[in-house]
Amino acid sequence: MFTNRMFNILVPVISVLLGLIAGAIIMAAFGYNPLSGYQALWDGSFGDIYYFGETIRQVTPYIFTGLAVAFAFRSGLFNIGAEGQVIVGWLAAVWVGAAFDAPMIIHLPLALLASALAGAIWGFIPGLLKAKLGVHEVIITIMMNYIALHVSNALIRSVLSENQDSSDPIKESASLASNWLMEMTSFSRLHYGILIALFVAVIMWFLLEKTSAGFELRSVGFNQHASQYAGMNVGKNIILAMVISGAFAGLGGAMEGLGTFGYMPTHSAFTNLGFDGIAVALLGGNNAFGVVLAAILFGTLKIGALNMPTAADVPSELVEIVIALIIFFVASSYIIRWVLLRFKKEGK
Amino acid sequence: MGILDILQSIIPPAMFFSAPLIFTALGGVFSERSGVVNIGLEGLMVMGAFVGVVFNLTFADVFGAATPWISILVAMVVSAVFSLIHAVASVTFRADQVVSGVAINFLALGLGVFLTKQWYDKGQTDMVSQPFYTLDIPVLSDIPVLGTLFFQNMYLTSYLAIILAIIAWYILYKTPFGLRLRSVGEHPMAADTNGINVYAMRYVAVMISGAMGGLGGSVFALTIALNFSQSTIVGQGFMSLAAVIFGKWHPLGAMGAALFFGFAQSLSVISSSIPLLEDVPQIYLLIAPYVLTILALAGFIGRAEAPKANGEPYIKGSR
Repeated sequence: MFTNRMFNILVPVISVLLGLIAGAIIMAAFGYNPLSGYQALWDGSFGDIYYFGETIRQVTPYIFTGLAVAFAFRSGLFNIGAEGQVIVGWLAAVWVGAAFDAPMIIHLPLALLASALAGAIWGFIPGLLKAKLGVHEVIITIMMNYIALHVSNALIRSVLSENQDSSDPIKESASLASNWLMEMTSFSRLHYGILIALFVAVIMWFLLEKTSAGFELRSVGFNQHASQYAGMNVGKNIILAMVISGAFAGLGGAMEGLGTFGYMPTHSAFTNLGFDGIAVALLGGNNAFGVVLAAILFGTLKIGALNMPTAADVPSELVEIVIALIIFFVASSYIIRWVLLRFKKEGK
Repeated sequence: MGILDILQSIIPPAMFFSAPLIFTALGGVFSERSGVVNIGLEGLMVMGAFVGVVFNLTFADVFGAATPWISILVAMVVSAVFSLIHAVASVTFRADQVVSGVAINFLALGLGVFLTKQWYDKGQTDMVSQPFYTLDIPVLSDIPVLGTLFFQNMYLTSYLAIILAIIAWYILYKTPFGLRLRSVGEHPMAADTNGINVYAMRYVAVMISGAMGGLGGSVFALTIALNFSQSTIVGQGFMSLAAVIFGKWHPLGAMGAALFFGFAQSLSVISSSIPLLEDVPQIYLLIAPYVLTILALAGFIGRAEAPKANGEPYIKGSR
């Protein structure tokens, strides 16, 4: 008999395969060669050491936003606001990174802390409103996204630069970039952030699965009324979940600000890191290890897609379709389980 | 500048900014009232905008001045069919409705831009040649004061939005169909016991939301954006979702919320020509709609109660 654990692994794997097959069918239907399409995708993400570095770089913020959304999900909350939290985290990190001079051992942690704090504040507001007034967190986080976008643009123009369209660059001592990693990957923008991302994933796993605070958070996610009856403070846990979730997403912004770019441009639209984080979390089954794997898959697809128009003439949006279908198949896991059990029975 | 002039420069833009939001939010009300959460409104709008623009470009020569109207009809039909994916996943496959809605958003944008590149060989379509135009309503626009405020320089689609909101209210609250639809969203088991086909009702509700989302997207494309690209629909669907919740899952409430969003958005566009507002830094006007929404939800609207069975797949026989 299939165990639950096996299903939890099989369903995402089958979903990814089905998504890729559907993508191949679409390519074939529009007269492209699916094999050369996927070959281009593979080359574009792992083909040489530069692309590999870029892929890992893209994976880094996805791990953070994926963890952020997953953490909120586990506590029964839907954090659409990871997008805004990324933006304020990015802003805070760049601000601290550019405004101070300090030795690296102080400056870099300070900049990271600032980004986590900014994200946490951005998560605190919807958490507080949900806990105290019962306002739907989805609508508040959507609003907070727009506020983050407009406020950060205004601050970049007025405070972080003199009427420029991007902030001043951060100081060397706050930078995550590493010459060593760059040279190793023939000058991709790979930086040390990936190590922090993996570390934070372990922290999330430990916090949720091994501590009593994590138990309370998960319990509130399963059943608020039962948790309250058992003497837990539901409101406090809702706020805590949103604060931690926001801090994760804020750190994701710091990866862009301190690692990839070293500054912050004004954004005319959202970065989509936060929205993609929703998909990463869902595909990763909302647990820390799964999120890391899903982030790797997403980073690979996104970076690989950039090579598809040049190498195989396939529009890169094909990858968006594949991602959408993968999410769809994950969502429909009930039917995949049903089919699997059917096969199992006939095999006997 | 008199008060009348100010109103005259506020009301028409507010009306045309809010019309797409009203359409889409009404669709959201139908879907969520039947118990199916619809995060996918954004994607349905994208699909509507894409189909509306492509149809308009392709058939402008054939249909002439009637093109925009036929375009929005076609967009409604295609989006309704497209929303079937969400219906199948969330009703039949018992999918997590939020997840399936997210998939709809990704899929619509991916498909739209993929096909745009396929058919037009670039990232965006050409400008449509047959968009909606503003016009003065005959007779009514001659009424003093009211006529100049509400019947001059208006898009017909703005009136359509308000009329549809009233029709939606009538359907949901005054017809047997509406009662059944709401009962399916509140207590599907009780509804099932009374002989209502829960699955069929939810399918119909999701398809209505698809049609309305398509209408909203295509009206946005043919009044405001005038072409289709990756950045045609950016967040309008989410704003409509916010309007659904803000309006407490009531058609007229959702319309009111959407009108408010449209009004607030138009403020930042036209502020430079209004005394008092012209000296306010742009940033405050840009974030005003969102801050006001949060304050309104926290302050006066109070606890919003979603339909009881919203987001839960109905499994026959389970208790």
